[in-house]
Amino acid sequence: MSRISTLEDLDRAAKRGLATLFPKKTKVMVGMATSGIASGAQEVYGALAAEIKARGLDIILGKTGSMGMDCIEPLVDVLEPNKPRLSYSKMTAKKVPLLLDQLARGAFDGIKPAYRMDEEDFLVQGDKKSYFKGKLPESFKDIPAIWDIDFYKKQVKIALRNCGMIDPENIDEYIAKGGYYGLQKALAALSPDDIVEDVIASGLRGRGGGGFPAGTKWQTCRRAHSDIKYVICNGDEGDPGAYMDRSLMEGDPHSVIEGMIIGAYAIGAGDGFIYVRNEYPLAVANLQRAIDQARAYGLLGKNILRSGFDFDIRIGKGAGAFVCGESTALMASLEGKAGEPRAKYIHTVEHGLWNRPSNLNNVETWANVPVIIARGGKWFAGVGAKHSTGTKVFSLVGKISNIGLVEVPMGIPLRDIIYDIGGGIPGGKAFKAVQTGGPSGGCIPDKMIDLPVDFDSLWEAGSMMGSGGMIVMDERTCMVDIARYFIEFLVSESCGKCVPCREGIYRMNEILHDICAGKGKKGDVEILESMAEAIKDGSLCALGGSAPNPVLSTIKYFRKEYDAHIREKRCPAGVCRALIRYGIDKEKCTGCGACARKCPTECISGEKKKLHVIDQTKCIKCGVCMETCKFDAITVE
Amino acid sequence: MKKAVDKKKIKEIVKKYDGDRSAAVAILQDVQEEYRYLPKDALTQLSEEMAVPLSRIYEIATFYNAFSLNPRGRYLVEVCAGTACHVQGAFNLMSRLERELKITCGETTGDDLFTLEEVRCLGCCSLAPVVRIGGNIHPYLTQDEIPKVLRNYRK
Repeated sequence: MSRISTLEDLDRAAKRGLATLFPKKTKVMVGMATSGIASGAQEVYGALAAEIKARGLDIILGKTGSMGMDCIEPLVDVLEPNKPRLSYSKMTAKKVPLLLDQLARGAFDGIKPAYRMDEEDFLVQGDKKSYFKGKLPESFKDIPAIWDIDFYKKQVKIALRNCGMIDPENIDEYIAKGGYYGLQKALAALSPDDIVEDVIASGLRGRGGGGFPAGTKWQTCRRAHSDIKYVICNGDEGDPGAYMDRSLMEGDPHSVIEGMIIGAYAIGAGDGFIYVRNEYPLAVANLQRAIDQARAYGLLGKNILRSGFDFDIRIGKGAGAFVCGESTALMASLEGKAGEPRAKYIHTVEHGLWNRPSNLNNVETWANVPVIIARGGKWFAGVGAKHSTGTKVFSLVGKISNIGLVEVPMGIPLRDIIYDIGGGIPGGKAFKAVQTGGPSGGCIPDKMIDLPVDFDSLWEAGSMMGSGGMIVMDERTCMVDIARYFIEFLVSESCGKCVPCREGIYRMNEILHDICAGKGKKGDVEILESMAEAIKDGSLCALGGSAPNPVLSTIKYFRKEYDAHIREKRCPAGVCRALIRYGIDKEKCTGCGACARKCPTECISGEKKKLHVIDQTKCIKCGVCMETCKFDAITVE
Repeated sequence: MKKAVDKKKIKEIVKKYDGDRSAAVAILQDVQEEYRYLPKDALTQLSEEMAVPLSRIYEIATFYNAFSLNPRGRYLVEVCAGTACHVQGAFNLMSRLERELKITCGETTGDDLFTLEEVRCLGCCSLAPVVRIGGNIHPYLTQDEIPKVLRNYRK
């Protein structure tokens, strides 16, 4: 690898990248993000490598990140010269020989592609490039185009522009997609103030939770007096249920790195840190490789692109503490201390890491920066809603048909995400609520399905954007149990510095446990509410300040469920073990005996082809009978 | 599984970070990588080598969830407790694992093969519920599949 110093050098790297993105021979790519690997992508990749070698095929085998629709992985993309790109879903090692057979025949008669892509989006350049010349070949017309698939139809990809499209291990492909051109433009043609102005004009707000305007933060940090400043990328992604940052770090690490270099130049920082959580080993590996590549190209280090600007990045690994997603706690952790937050009246943009001005943004925020610089702040502000510009990536998970990462323009109605993109609730069950914002957020009930999804609307609804987790819940999700779940989570994650948070959440947890165990008392809800106020007022950081949100929002919208638990000792959703009993429906039971075979305590009995019964004294309420029964005959009350 | 602490190895780890106190978290991570937990002897040695009070080292070691002061089994069984996994019934997986392994969360089996723990979201929410065993993620796991999955690791 030779150093990149000029625009011409960058063009040469882009040309190399384009040659592998649009190769002259057939290329097969496997989606190898964590989600793909967990679904068996490694086996598929191994089988492809072995089979291609055994058959002596002239095929390039490559890797890519995740396209977002994780429920259909492992995904294998096939790109033949001058043909649409095809994606094969739910691939297995067994299907590999069949795929190569039909590829040789030029047919798709055995394994059907999930969808085709006709062109590749070059968002940074504002351009598209077709995979083939002229009209779509007739034989491909029956394969749905990606933008006709419900899951993708309403998506607009800015942050995730390259995920699943490029090889994250190949810096040239990133450059071919317009990567590092934003940096080149920034260093060659823009002053730090121009960049800050542009980011302010873009209206970009922090994607990590708070939604603070990024440009304003940069400006304050730029104005802070110090010869040493830092930029930090928060890759701690602690919100349970959110994983877009993992996908970005794994699938497009250079977008984060480029964003940080531009930010560092604007602010005047010489060192950067990416703090990644311990649970993401692949993200760490891909980021480290990307940093090494950028260094080899001279895009990190001394005299970047011959501009005289020096900047380098190091990775700090978290060690499993939710509170380290909070900026001051994260900085304490980077300093090698226990990650305890401190009072916020001393701003980190003035006194942050090692008491120096430090600008912290999260992974998704940084990944948006290169596009903003390349296309201009005004362009970005034109996407999304007025006070929430651009797009937001959500992890659409839980009780939803199409599970995965979705990137949508801000302000899109919640209904569009749940029903159009998500395909609604599986099994004909009723939609009950969606939880956003992680343990700091709240639950939005079904009646607010037309709420526009942006920072301010979610806040007004008693929840928050958070980092973008969207956990969908149906009629079989107990809202009291959800509140208990989050509070229990926070009990063990509270760092213990502020008494109202440490003791208050602990006490709330006891009350919620009692309610779920059928030991709730009249007045419990009122105590929860008053404690919530005290905890909110008496905690230094956002973890404590927002800890009561899951309880308050479920009380606000689902008070009836609390009352059912407390007064009637009943769990309407059939979740809280102490309050439920499983039964077998006389009409529906076929006597197949499947449940009896699976029951771990052998408490189900009955003759073959006759009604079975559950011995309530032995039942441990694990629900395996319900999971097993194909006839919907297990009831819960 | 206990492994005697190799003084030379600990020295090497400290040297890798130039004894930098701000690298304490990273140093402890490397030590844990080596022994699968943080042995007491290693912590005492770290305190001397880095000239940091032992209480400071313990503060860090006990603050972060990833560190363990107790020896762990050959395979770490981590039940994801993320929201998506919870909604999809991760608590049932935990109870089944506890019954099958005859230990409670946080303990290690008598044969030193499995240590059962809960983990805060593995970021595999789309594959919920998941359990990670010895670094391998098992997606869409049902309680019914657990005995078979464990059998594969016992081989």
